[in-house]
Amino acid sequence: MEQETAASSISESMISLRDLRVSYGDREILHGVSLDVERGETLVILGGSGSGKSTLLRALVGLEKPSSGQIFIKGKDIASASPAEMDEIRKKIGMSFQGGALFGSLTVGENVALPLREHTKLENSTIEIMLRLKLEQVGLAGFEDYLPSQLSGGMKKRAAVARALAMDPEILFFDEPSAGLDPIIAAGIDDLILELKKAFRMTIIVVTHELASAFLIADRMVLIDKGNVIAIGTTAEMRASAQPRVRQFLDRVAEPEVARELDYLQMLTEDYRRPSRTLAKRRGA
Amino acid sequence: MRLLTELGGSVTNGLSYIGALASLGGQAAYSTFVGPLRGKPLRIHRAVSQAMDVGVRALPILSLITFFIGLILALQSAYELRKFGAITYVASAVAISMSRELGPLITAIVVIGRSGSAFAAEIGTMQVTEEIDALQTMAISPVQFLVAPKFLAMVVMLPCLTIWANAMGILGGALFGVTQADFTWGRYIQASVDALFLRDITSGLIKSVMFGVTITAVGCHEGLSTGAGAEQVGRSTTRAVVMSIFLVIVVDLIFTALFFFMSDR
Repeated sequence: MEQETAASSISESMISLRDLRVSYGDREILHGVSLDVERGETLVILGGSGSGKSTLLRALVGLEKPSSGQIFIKGKDIASASPAEMDEIRKKIGMSFQGGALFGSLTVGENVALPLREHTKLENSTIEIMLRLKLEQVGLAGFEDYLPSQLSGGMKKRAAVARALAMDPEILFFDEPSAGLDPIIAAGIDDLILELKKAFRMTIIVVTHELASAFLIADRMVLIDKGNVIAIGTTAEMRASAQPRVRQFLDRVAEPEVARELDYLQMLTEDYRRPSRTLAKRRGA
Repeated sequence: MRLLTELGGSVTNGLSYIGALASLGGQAAYSTFVGPLRGKPLRIHRAVSQAMDVGVRALPILSLITFFIGLILALQSAYELRKFGAITYVASAVAISMSRELGPLITAIVVIGRSGSAFAAEIGTMQVTEEIDALQTMAISPVQFLVAPKFLAMVVMLPCLTIWANAMGILGGALFGVTQADFTWGRYIQASVDALFLRDITSGLIKSVMFGVTITAVGCHEGLSTGAGAEQVGRSTTRAVVMSIFLVIVVDLIFTALFFFMSDR
């Protein structure tokens, strides 16, 4: 019975993670993350630097292969998908990278039009119209002939969102949308996310450590710490949470230095586990 | 024992590096030649602009270098030949060594310096700024989008550049021939043409195609395996140049030996 409900939630949810583990070499970054994202909701993934939140996002869009566990996107496990199946899934998602990741050699217009030119057989004139629409949506009308290097940080982010929207995705991912932006521009990006949510009922996943922006845009939040989900709930539930780690993060209490050093030391030793093992092997030989 | 383990380790590393290059080269060749037949059109305009960069813009510096190389070859061979009163053989010595060996090799070295390094730097920077990741999340294959046009441009342009380099080398030799060995321009060129067999030129061109494949594979592989951070781009670029020069020499040796034993029979 329990199994049945689990299976049905996988097929109904937009995204389902089941015991997701991701490792870089010998070091495990995510220690078994499970969560579900429903259609049309905005989930904010919160966490400090090095918590594994960016790795989680990279795994969700298929840039990191999980070492074990499953990632279901619209009921399809991308951990075991073939490259062709993966491409089909990727056409339904859009991703806005932290630094924009616009192609420097292409103009803003060409950047936005790129997925359309690659994946559709639309006429050039149709593509022109679509790219104008997308740029208008993000407030960059008239900037199609600019090069990314001629745009400000906030405009680059907007252009990147326009490119992520080009294929009318069902799921939109944001990596640190307000990182490196001044508060006013960052608020503008938050408004943009809210508009997209309202206008298209898109499923939106945002990775951030900006609390103010997180509470503004989220329906639900996940707090990740050292590769584990330590809290998940609506914004109200998170605000009311009495869990010490959640409180520490939300109330912005500084970590005691000593503990951090120990963590750091542990991280270092874990990093060096592999060379020391080969050394042991050599000694054995 | 330790020495053996280390030797084994570096052999495995070397083999896996060659394997990675071969896999990248294979994917690029697939996207270039098979992909278009399967409804994945090749980006011809990207290949053309790469060909401009790799080929046409290299012409001035390549011309100058190979002209000098031809002149040096003439001087060096004349040094020995004049002892036998055979200074008129300068023309054939220059023509043969240019088209069999130095034309393709010098062209490859110039292209490594200009384009192999640029491939690594360009792709490495794209790796650092997450542009490669962005391509992947848009379901666009980085190999098909970035590597294949470069591959096509290199495989076409390197033989073209090599032919040009041979001609400039012979011209450099002719300068010596005319001023020091009583040739006229016309007679020198005629002597060069007479000395050359078709296989001298084709063997050089086959090598240059292989050099093109090697340079593209190394440059793009180094770019794609760039770590995080700007200093890594510099490291990739350096590695691309050093590895390309080394591997081009290895490929050169293999093919020269192959041609030698094939022509023997």
